[in-house]
Amino acid sequence: MTVEIAKSIAPEKPDSLWRAALHSRSFVIGASITAVFVLAALISFAWTPYNYAAQDIPNKLKGMSAAHWFGTDHFGRDVFSMIMVGARTSIAVALVAVGMGVVFGTPLGLAAAARRGTLLDEIIMRANDLVFAFPALLIAVLITAVFGPGAINAIIAIGIFNIPVFARLSRAAALSLWTRDFILAARVAGKGPVRISVEHILPNILNTLVVQVTIQFSLGILAEAALAYVGLGAQPPIPSWGKMLADAQTLISLAPHVAIIPGLAIVLTVLGLNLMGDGLRDIFDPRSRRSRQ
Amino acid sequence: MTLLAIKGLTLDIAGTPILKGIDLSVAKGEILGIIGESGSGKSMTALSVMQLLPDGAHVAGSIELDGKDLLQKSEREMCDIRGRDVGMVFQEPMTALNPLKTIGDQVAETVLTHTQTSRADAAKIARETLDRVGLGAERFPLDRYPHELSGGQRQRVVIAMAIALRPRLLIADEPTTALDVTTQAQILMLLKRLVDEDGMGMIFITHDLAVVAGLADRVAVMRHGEIVETGETAAVFRELKHPYTRALFAASSHVPKREPPQAPEAGTAPVLEAANITRDYRLPRKSLFRPPSFFRAVDDVSLTIERGENVGLVGESGSGKSTLARAIMALEPLQGGAVVLDGETLNAVAGASQKARRKMQVVFQDPYGSFNPRHRVDRLITEPFHLLGSEAPAGDERQRRIAEALETVGLSPEDAEKYPHEFSGGQRQRIAIARALIIKPALIILDEAVSALDVSIRAQILDLLADLSSRLKLSYLFISHDLHVVRSITDRVLVMKAGKIVESGRTGEVFENPQHAYTRELIAAAPSLEAALAARTAQA
Repeated sequence: MTVEIAKSIAPEKPDSLWRAALHSRSFVIGASITAVFVLAALISFAWTPYNYAAQDIPNKLKGMSAAHWFGTDHFGRDVFSMIMVGARTSIAVALVAVGMGVVFGTPLGLAAAARRGTLLDEIIMRANDLVFAFPALLIAVLITAVFGPGAINAIIAIGIFNIPVFARLSRAAALSLWTRDFILAARVAGKGPVRISVEHILPNILNTLVVQVTIQFSLGILAEAALAYVGLGAQPPIPSWGKMLADAQTLISLAPHVAIIPGLAIVLTVLGLNLMGDGLRDIFDPRSRRSRQ
Repeated sequence: MTLLAIKGLTLDIAGTPILKGIDLSVAKGEILGIIGESGSGKSMTALSVMQLLPDGAHVAGSIELDGKDLLQKSEREMCDIRGRDVGMVFQEPMTALNPLKTIGDQVAETVLTHTQTSRADAAKIARETLDRVGLGAERFPLDRYPHELSGGQRQRVVIAMAIALRPRLLIADEPTTALDVTTQAQILMLLKRLVDEDGMGMIFITHDLAVVAGLADRVAVMRHGEIVETGETAAVFRELKHPYTRALFAASSHVPKREPPQAPEAGTAPVLEAANITRDYRLPRKSLFRPPSFFRAVDDVSLTIERGENVGLVGESGSGKSTLARAIMALEPLQGGAVVLDGETLNAVAGASQKARRKMQVVFQDPYGSFNPRHRVDRLITEPFHLLGSEAPAGDERQRRIAEALETVGLSPEDAEKYPHEFSGGQRQRIAIARALIIKPALIILDEAVSALDVSIRAQILDLLADLSSRLKLSYLFISHDLHVVRSITDRVLVMKAGKIVESGRTGEVFENPQHAYTRELIAAAPSLEAALAARTAQA
């Protein structure tokens, strides 16, 4: 953050990323929404209004009030506290799962593109197809069957599912770049495929990747919710948004807020991330940065 | 009789003025040539007539076709006029046809849209029209698909679509720019014949003065959205009244000043010696049980370039020029032959050593695609320093070399901080040359390096290249389809056809006295300003 601010002050760099970011409305809105949830998750480590696991059966299914901002659930637990702690699980699962996809998938895709048409390309892409054939839920069931349910296993399942997504995307985006003249110029300058991939290909497919990251991030949150919903994600008493939604579904006519609030949390986070992704795509493009002034 | 009269046409797009009061007229059976450099507004004038302007465009003035103002017509009425009264031919024949429809259907579509004919009749009209543009029924039945045709044949289909209903006005926007010279000559003849037969008016837009000189009855010269001069073709070119016309004329027949090539000093090795280069491409397998066949793109080619010598390589698209260049740069594996660069043998299979690669650099055609859009100029032009490994200059020395390279090509050292999109096409080509020069190579391969540039910019870049060559003792391999340019800047020329060098020799001798039939054909087809004007004078 300090680096970015320093950049925005420096007069000789009027086109800094930070300045461009502030000009992008969708980035500002998306980042604000995302920041609220990230902040809530961070604060929950130090403070929550109530103990998220403390049951208070006499006060169950209370509506919104000054004492309980988002009301209480069927065990009398404070929903606001649970949402805060649940943000931890949801964001951590999605973040690590997307990270896995990017860290393993992108290099695979770049390698396949650099060695396009060879056996290596074929092996990488067919292996990806194989993984792609298993839905995330099925992978999760398989992993759970072996290691037992839990947040970590949910992360691994969603992460494995993300690898072929990023491998395919980076290969496709890189392939069209490999035919460009500036890549040929780099080869004339004696640069090898690894160097070209890192120096020339990666920066130019970054905007595509960033957009896909935000999409996969929101899908990750949804996938975690889905896994928690069927009982394969975080185990009680640790709350997660998906688990809260699953618990509330039978009570929807009695106390709709217990279902609506975690649902809204999921929708808003996904929306915030998508808006942020749109903004980032524009910001990372030096052409649109200069012309904006 | 006036067919089209444009009066006081102004156009702005989202507040930016594009056309500033255009007055033009085209009579029946007349060819009006519009010439100008990129951004002069010549295409926008044509699109205004068709009312096919981009969003946010505001037009004023009047465009009268047979006395009716097209600007007052509704979109519905314009749909009737487009294709029936006014036909249009675009530059790029590869993208102007729908790849999923047969050529017969595409020509018949124009007929079916505008008239109440039956499908059978429309097909008959399509057949007749294709015959008229020289695509006979025997070799080109209606059920052919665009991908089965060559570029020139596709452009004939596009022309057939435009003239199927015998429009009164035909607009051709750079219709031959994407074609080879021999194909270009044929298409120009075809257009002229069609204008004569149908008595239609034609607006022919081009940046090539030689083409206009041979084809148009009248010309209009455009610059910055204005017409600077208009008149009879011969008179405009002979009198050159307006300074801009004079500048264009001078630029397009520009010959850079060059010192006469010196004979190579005794004992110095040639910069490049390529012997018996062969490059095969594998074709897709036709059958699982037969071995795949090969396409020989470069067939047993040998060439030598002496120090300080400029060698031209000409030929049509698909003749293997660029493949040969890539083979010399050791970017692709060879199937035979050897390349020796300044004493270093290149190993085409394992890739050339960094040491050998230092001796050569390359400049490409497209000034927009040659740079990573995310890097600044300083990083772009220092890319070849990678070849120097640990000896690469750093710190102040690096800055000095960047400034030196930029100044050599006529840019300022401050430009190092900018991104490539902040430069014009000509400036970008200078940056590309700076990138090639920065490690002081012995040989620069110029692959159509001036083909995408406007004539005035092209003249400047040619001057720069000629100056650098004599100052720095550089050798060029100058690949181009433009014979005029090759003639003006090279000492020796090689003519390539179907992967083979069919003729080579001193540039002057080859052009004056071509030996091979194909060279003669190429030279005859190339549009020449002097020849066209001489022919006009003889007629008059």
